[in-house]
Amino acid sequence: MTDPRTPLLRPARLRPADLLGVGLIGLRTRRLRSALSALGISLGIAAVVAVTGISSSNQAHLLDRLDRLGSNLITVTPGKDIDQTVVPLPKESVTMLGAIPSVEKASATSDTKAAVYRTNLIPDNQTNGLSVRSVRRDLLDTLRVGLRSGRWLDRGTEKLPVTVLGSRAAQALGVTDPGQKVWIERQERKDEGEWYAVLGILQPSELAPEIDESALVGSAQAAAHLAAGGAPSTVYVRARPDKVTEVQAIAGPTANPAAPNVVSVSRPSDLLKARTETKDTLSGLVLSLAAVALLVGGVGIANTMVVGVMERRGEVGLRRALGARQSQIAAQFLIEAILLGLLGGLAGVVLGITVVYGYAALQGWPAAVPLTWSVVGPAVSVAVGTVAGLYPALRAARLSPTGALRAAG
Amino acid sequence: MSAPPAGPPPPALVLREVVKEYGGAPPLRILHGIDLTVSPGELLAVVGPSGSGKSTLLALIGTLDRPTSGRITLEGHDLASLSDRQVAALRARRIGFVFQQFFLLPGLTTVENVATGLLYTGESARTRRERAVSALTDVGLGHRLDHHPDQLSGGEKQRVAIARAVVGRPGLLLADEPTGALDTTSGSGVIDVLRGLNAVGTTVVVITHDRDVAASFPRRVGIQDGRIAFDERDADAGAPSLENNVGGASGVGGVRGLDTFGRPARRPA
Repeated sequence: MTDPRTPLLRPARLRPADLLGVGLIGLRTRRLRSALSALGISLGIAAVVAVTGISSSNQAHLLDRLDRLGSNLITVTPGKDIDQTVVPLPKESVTMLGAIPSVEKASATSDTKAAVYRTNLIPDNQTNGLSVRSVRRDLLDTLRVGLRSGRWLDRGTEKLPVTVLGSRAAQALGVTDPGQKVWIERQERKDEGEWYAVLGILQPSELAPEIDESALVGSAQAAAHLAAGGAPSTVYVRARPDKVTEVQAIAGPTANPAAPNVVSVSRPSDLLKARTETKDTLSGLVLSLAAVALLVGGVGIANTMVVGVMERRGEVGLRRALGARQSQIAAQFLIEAILLGLLGGLAGVVLGITVVYGYAALQGWPAAVPLTWSVVGPAVSVAVGTVAGLYPALRAARLSPTGALRAAG
Repeated sequence: MSAPPAGPPPPALVLREVVKEYGGAPPLRILHGIDLTVSPGELLAVVGPSGSGKSTLLALIGTLDRPTSGRITLEGHDLASLSDRQVAALRARRIGFVFQQFFLLPGLTTVENVATGLLYTGESARTRRERAVSALTDVGLGHRLDHHPDQLSGGEKQRVAIARAVVGRPGLLLADEPTGALDTTSGSGVIDVLRGLNAVGTTVVVITHDRDVAASFPRRVGIQDGRIAFDERDADAGAPSLENNVGGASGVGGVRGLDTFGRPARRPA
């Protein structure tokens, strides 16, 4: 029994601010070691944030471009019938497609029987994979491809031996400026070649990569000298943005009412989008690397804490003498470990975001900060810190006060 | 056992047949049945050779450890009947500790170190700081509030530790070799501080090797081999007479520790 006149045995709780204060003591007095032990976690989180950030910046950049190019471009090409023979589109298909009310613009290219060379001395078979296409003047507007330099075909030049090169074609032919000349000749008639002046060079076209690899010649000139067929090889259709699906559905029957099933209709922006999304699967590897980094980081924290507890036995004994309970000692060290994890995680997010911004700036991309990971990252670090701190905290709490004081003395 | 509310104050400390053994088979018996009563406001020196059990005794009195058998009553509280939480609360509010090695926390300023003495009482941070400043001023360190421990001399460090021990105004102050790491001048300064605390009512128990220090205390308890070898007090307690006690200091040699008091080793308490 205890004397009732001494009501002094009411155990006191530590206020949250005080708990935080004692949890910070270890970090305040051992800054270098704390920083090093949190480094592992920082790197793990930074890796995840940086990789997902760079990946989504890249994606944002592509989607940005897609938006600018427009996701409403539809290409219509000849399909194959059951015998695997190509069924050409009718000549009228461009006009028919252009007449659909939901279509803003339509244009087309036709194949020619010609090839383009740097000079007339290049062997015939070295075509570099380039083709010569007959084009209509409205192609550029429909594709929304810009000119890198020079001019586009007009009413006068489309009848002349001049050409506009796609970006990769210009590169392959060594053409850097308009005014240079390239050699275009019909393939089955070797003598009928002619020098074509380069009128302009196009910018790359994500939506119509085949244009990148072509020398474009006006339809009148191509028909007269390069045996261009009248049937379009590709029809490009700009649909109204809200009617894209609708146009896609009726494009086949409209282009070739006689054989709607052998018309191939596609939306190039879908392909591009799909390509940006498949890149995400790469980050699975990065995620597992980050998990290993977090595990190593957690072990690092646990190790630092165990050593710290042994070195701070005197402090533990003293705090017990000052009235700390076992649970309060455990809480102190657990909070220290949690703070290590939290600070490591936050530092990792900052580091990762810095990398994302730096890389995006270098690439000229818009920086996309992965918000999810910026929140999940520190949360995961806190969890890692908690798990890592449990054992050292229990160990500190279980030290006997007298043993701790004696060992420290 | 409960005392009537209006009765006389209970003794500060009562030990009855306190035995402490440490594990193993056979167990190692450190204390062999200690009986000791300390009244409120006493100033007591515990002396004895190394390994005699002094520090174990102090740990038991300070509730840092529990006896194997026997009973300890502190300000009327039977320690055996208290839970761990209550014992911790008792340490936080009623007992102050001073150690030979000071145990100041290196990352904290002087005033923060002293305020830590109140941390586990649930006082607000503001109250803790105010009382820490006041306690530091009391031990003559009002000008060192924001210094760090490594900027202080040994004597100053020990005075900071004392301020931390008494900032919660404990009824009982336990000091384990408080001057052990100090030179004579600093040591006597520290003893003066303890004496001053006793003068305002704190019960003070000091373990010491220093015979001059022990001799200057009004009550001296000698421990030898886990038993009380002697327990003597000045007739005029509170006004110790140095001559009475140091007289035999140069006398008998051979018996460890206690010979400094000129007594046979096994004199019953």
